[in-house]
Amino acid sequence: MRKKILKRRKPNRSWGGDFGIYTFLGLFAAFMVLPMIYTINSAFKPMDEIFLYPPRFFVRNPTMDNFQDLLVLLGKSWVPFSRYLFNTVFITVAGTAGHIIIASMGAFVLSKYRFPGSLTFFRVVVTALMFNGYVTSIPNYLVIAKLGWVDTVWAVVIPAFAAPMGLFLMKQYMDANIPDVLIEAAKVDGAKEWAVFTHIAMPLVKPAWLTLMIFSVQNLWNARGSTFIYSEQLKTLPYALSQIAAAGIARTGVAAAVSVVMMIVPVATFIIVQSNVMETMATSGIKD
Amino acid sequence: MSLQRYLARKREFRAYQWKMAKRSKACYLFLAPYGILFITFFVVPVITSLCLSFTYYNILEPPRFIGLQNYINLLLADDVFLIAVKNTFLLALITGPVGYISAFLFAWFINELPRYIRAIAIVMFYAPSLSANMYLMWAYLFSGDAYGLLNAILIELNLIQQPITWLTNPQYMMTVVIIVSLWSSLGAGFLALVAGLQGIDKSMYEAGLIDGIKNRWQELWFITLPNMKSMLMFSAVMSITSAFNVADVPMALTGFPSTDYATHTVVLHLIDYGSIRFEMGYASAIATLLFFTMILCNKLIQKLLRRVGT
Repeated sequence: MRKKILKRRKPNRSWGGDFGIYTFLGLFAAFMVLPMIYTINSAFKPMDEIFLYPPRFFVRNPTMDNFQDLLVLLGKSWVPFSRYLFNTVFITVAGTAGHIIIASMGAFVLSKYRFPGSLTFFRVVVTALMFNGYVTSIPNYLVIAKLGWVDTVWAVVIPAFAAPMGLFLMKQYMDANIPDVLIEAAKVDGAKEWAVFTHIAMPLVKPAWLTLMIFSVQNLWNARGSTFIYSEQLKTLPYALSQIAAAGIARTGVAAAVSVVMMIVPVATFIIVQSNVMETMATSGIKD
Repeated sequence: MSLQRYLARKREFRAYQWKMAKRSKACYLFLAPYGILFITFFVVPVITSLCLSFTYYNILEPPRFIGLQNYINLLLADDVFLIAVKNTFLLALITGPVGYISAFLFAWFINELPRYIRAIAIVMFYAPSLSANMYLMWAYLFSGDAYGLLNAILIELNLIQQPITWLTNPQYMMTVVIIVSLWSSLGAGFLALVAGLQGIDKSMYEAGLIDGIKNRWQELWFITLPNMKSMLMFSAVMSITSAFNVADVPMALTGFPSTDYATHTVVLHLIDYGSIRFEMGYASAIATLLFFTMILCNKLIQKLLRRVGT
């Protein structure tokens, strides 16, 4: 005989309150996804439905015309489409890999070892969470010009290694999840710091890797690189796609297809690693 | 006498620190890649900005020291900057607290849903801030001609006769920018709040029920909020940052510069002087002022948040 387990309902929840709250939540969720549904619908609309007056929200006869146009248009450009895609993928993958390794190394020593300057450095990093790209972009250009990285892909990849959010999240996660006794046991067994880092710390913080990866992908996939990159072969996908979208009203359908392409990668990555992200964010508070 | 003792103790402390530092050489090596990159790309630009703000610098000639002239011009002689400050404060006051409270409210509301529905809800709420240029779709919805979705709906319902130019009319532009900013404001802070709510000890809720907590609002104030202080702090820092750094949304939707400077924000003013007129000294002065304002606001908010729940 199967036992049905009833979930206890908390006695201080009124049915009216629940109903009101869930209706409100449903309305707001609809508001949040509205533009995305509109975009996805527009991307599949054939040309005659896009310019219908009065405009319709949902699509009646979905076609793949816009995506085919996208490939045709991009194929006719000076530089082949695959080059833009390759540039963006390279920036994303290289930036993310470097960021995870470098930020993890830094976070490991900040959280588990005490040495002069560690607390000050961490406080400076927490303050740097507040900066915006534009505020630091003007002197950044001067620094990168002095280093000779203007017009190369490293101008976008290497500053992404030092994103403050990654160090902060990783340090908080390591604080909470690597027991000190484990490290002391490893030291007793004769392991040096690098061995402790690779064999003990890194395998324990896998959810945090995935969180750093999603934040890094989110930033780098949309990186326009317009300040630093001038030669056509090194331009990134968002740049090429925004050129197409800005070409005017005849390209409205293609612009919607562009938005769908740009949106799919971060959203899909987020869905895949979501539970790991939530586990990492559970330790991300600023304790004072 | 005590001054000598103080100096002696300071010297001892420095010697101790030096010995500790020599012992943790490996730590410094580990921190070095991140530290060097961070200092080069985050600390040096801020300090350079501070120094450049006292000079006149267009990239072609070396900087020329002019003292506080930039700040005086900025605060006393620049009308557009005052409009930008007013706009930024309006946006920050509305988007900041409203975004912050709504992030917390949504996190709290979806906390009690079953796991799969909660996962879907999280994706739905976080997706707007994942795809950085989705707000361009709002440009189609709010478009000023009769093809814009909002205009079409209002005309069909016979509420208006002519299409309203939402994005170029100074009366409506601010409202549009506020709506779109609020739409994309559920970012990392929201995720932190959802995760924090999951981590609260369930036995506290049961203890509260036994002690007589009547409804969910009391439970919120007495049990939930005090346990979430660190998450609230993190979310506040993120909210303040994004509230003051509003630049992409007005630039993409309402044009740069906007009609009558109605949605001109401080960061847009900075981009104007920095990337278009190449007056780096002036732009650095704006950046420095913005930076100090944000730090001040952060300190204030942290003081306020320490009292939540007590």
